[in-house]
Amino acid sequence: MKLIAAMSGGVDSAVAAARAVEAGHQVVGVHLALSSNPQKYRSGARGCCTIEDSHDARRAADVIGIPFYIWDMAEEFHQEVVENFLSEYSAGRTPNPCLRCNEKIKFAAVLERAKAMGFDGVVTGHYAILKETPNGKTLNRAVDISKDQSYVLAVLNEEQLQGAHFPLGDTPKSEIRKEAERRGLAVANKPDSHDICFVPSGDNAGWLRERLGSETGPIVDQAGNKLGEHHGAYTYTIGQRKGLGLTTPTSDGSPRFVLKIEPVSNTVVVGPKEELAISKIIGAKAIWCGAKPSQNWQTGFVQVRAHGSALPAKYRAIGSHGEGLEVELNEPLLGVANGQAAVIYDGDRVVGSATISETA
Amino acid sequence: MSIYLDHAATSPLRQEALTALINQLKEVGNPSSLHTFGRDTRKALEEAREKIAKFVSAAPSEIIFTSSGTESNNLAIKGLFWKSNRKVIVVSAIEHHAVLDPAKWLAEKEGAEVIEIPVSNQGVIDLDFLNNLISKRGTEIALITVMHSNNETGAMQPISEVIKIAGEIPVHCDAVQSLGKVPLEFSGLTAMSINAHKLGGPIGIGALVLKRGMDIPALLHGGGQEREIRSGTLNAPLAAAFAAVLENYPSSKINDLKNRLISGIDAGIKDCIINTNSNSLPGIVNVTIPGTTGETLLLLLDLEGIACSTGAACSAGVHRPSHVLMAMGRSEEIALSSIRFSIGPNNSETEIDKLLEVLPTVIEKARLAK
Repeated sequence: MKLIAAMSGGVDSAVAAARAVEAGHQVVGVHLALSSNPQKYRSGARGCCTIEDSHDARRAADVIGIPFYIWDMAEEFHQEVVENFLSEYSAGRTPNPCLRCNEKIKFAAVLERAKAMGFDGVVTGHYAILKETPNGKTLNRAVDISKDQSYVLAVLNEEQLQGAHFPLGDTPKSEIRKEAERRGLAVANKPDSHDICFVPSGDNAGWLRERLGSETGPIVDQAGNKLGEHHGAYTYTIGQRKGLGLTTPTSDGSPRFVLKIEPVSNTVVVGPKEELAISKIIGAKAIWCGAKPSQNWQTGFVQVRAHGSALPAKYRAIGSHGEGLEVELNEPLLGVANGQAAVIYDGDRVVGSATISETA
Repeated sequence: MSIYLDHAATSPLRQEALTALINQLKEVGNPSSLHTFGRDTRKALEEAREKIAKFVSAAPSEIIFTSSGTESNNLAIKGLFWKSNRKVIVVSAIEHHAVLDPAKWLAEKEGAEVIEIPVSNQGVIDLDFLNNLISKRGTEIALITVMHSNNETGAMQPISEVIKIAGEIPVHCDAVQSLGKVPLEFSGLTAMSINAHKLGGPIGIGALVLKRGMDIPALLHGGGQEREIRSGTLNAPLAAAFAAVLENYPSSKINDLKNRLISGIDAGIKDCIINTNSNSLPGIVNVTIPGTTGETLLLLLDLEGIACSTGAACSAGVHRPSHVLMAMGRSEEIALSSIRFSIGPNNSETEIDKLLEVLPTVIEKARLAK
């Protein structure tokens, strides 16, 4: 097959490209420039969008022996990922930009461009396993559970999965580093990227404040009594305990948690831990990896955070076209933020996902 | 089959240059040494200098060897500015970054005022603008810099008119794309930048032709080898190789290939805009293909074995709309959907025909991929 290897300049995508070549594919390496003002160097372990990363990707392509180009995706990335990140936060939700980038950039804009240019698909260094089954391609967890990225890929629809290639899912990360070294790839010991690539400082709240303003608003308890002030409700997330800056203690000395963010009144509601517990999740924009489930309850597992665990639950498709998801957890769960993805698993297989819009 | 059509970026080393380079590399001697070895190397260097001087109708003492066209441009623009007590630098809007950026740097750091001469939609500077500017602010202008021909479109610039209008104001001309390809004379200019690799000499050597008596401040201080204006051990092998490629550039053959490519595009490819006008360098064809992006065209052509250029890219390798095409009044979108083919001595009619043959499919894919 003819494949485009998306090369970030990190170790995973470099080994993925090398493996694709070894599997007999005709591979062309592409580094996505996601910022129109790339920085010169990575600060610490963070980030895409640097000249250093594009250099590392180019050198990896040289060693593998494949052609290499830079694709300017800065505009698409800004519109689809950064703008969405801002609007989600200002609506009081907690978005996952990596998931959004997979859905709208890597396996949409890049895959479409690749196909138009005569390529069959896109290979990336994501840790997940694709299996060919009689019912089409399925998405499954990687063998290295600590690195598994099936959660941030669960937004991909059937067509996107058809064009996706994840050669690393069967190998633990530590082995990938060793393999990179064996292959002579200089990025073998490059630190993993963490956090959000377009917030190079790592200060998410500060970054949001700069862009969305820092209008002061009240922090209140469930009865509406004002306990303190904040500088921008969107810098808080459901379940957050630290950084509330409250001086009045609770009567029993127990800690307070963020229960609710009300963007219109710019209010943050806090309360005791028990109030965070939910057992019902409603999701919108459901994407089913394969056949759409029926509207009858089925048992499975649900995961609501990128690095959370999968919890036993029953679920069903809702809405006239199965465009929604309803989940009932067997055991209550604390601090689930709207805007995150609820991903349904059947064992290691991803059944589908939806954006959390409501919890109870 | 691989087809190299990026000669304006750099041209393959010609046999004459390789021979001269290897012969001189075998010799020992610092041209500044006083013994026999030094004198012998000096002789080779001075012969090269004389050939280059003669070729551009300058005096040998007017040739200052540098490392590149970029260095020559920096030396001329910063030097002429520092030499003058005036603050205005006049540049054409379509100069190479090696001219624009030193001028902008002087504006940021040294209080210069940079005024750009606009260009027509054919990519030629507006002489009326320059005339008006000089009649209004002539006494404030430290230097005028206009390139001999443009590296992206090939458009020739009216240098002799610029010299006439400038009067006593020093004029610098970046002539790296023109040297050896079209008639080029130093006469009337104060400074002129040239280099070797655009016409098949080695990368790493250029020269600033600088009028006798115009002693500008140095950028590199040291042994003072080149008129105290440029220091650094003189490089006889590169100078000899530079001098070896001045003559015999097959401009007329290359011009025919250019016309073959332009008429082929005109005849066979719909909706294309040729950005290269009739009074242009022999080898450059700049073309806008609406509905595509230059980066996609380049990739697809490269995979077909055909090397061309999109003009500008930032240091991370991201394509940028060409400031040259934008100055010619093209929109950002049009500028981003343009590519440059630059033809050289080794190209053939078969290669041009092969390009014309693959272009329609490439364009079709590129339009889908946008």
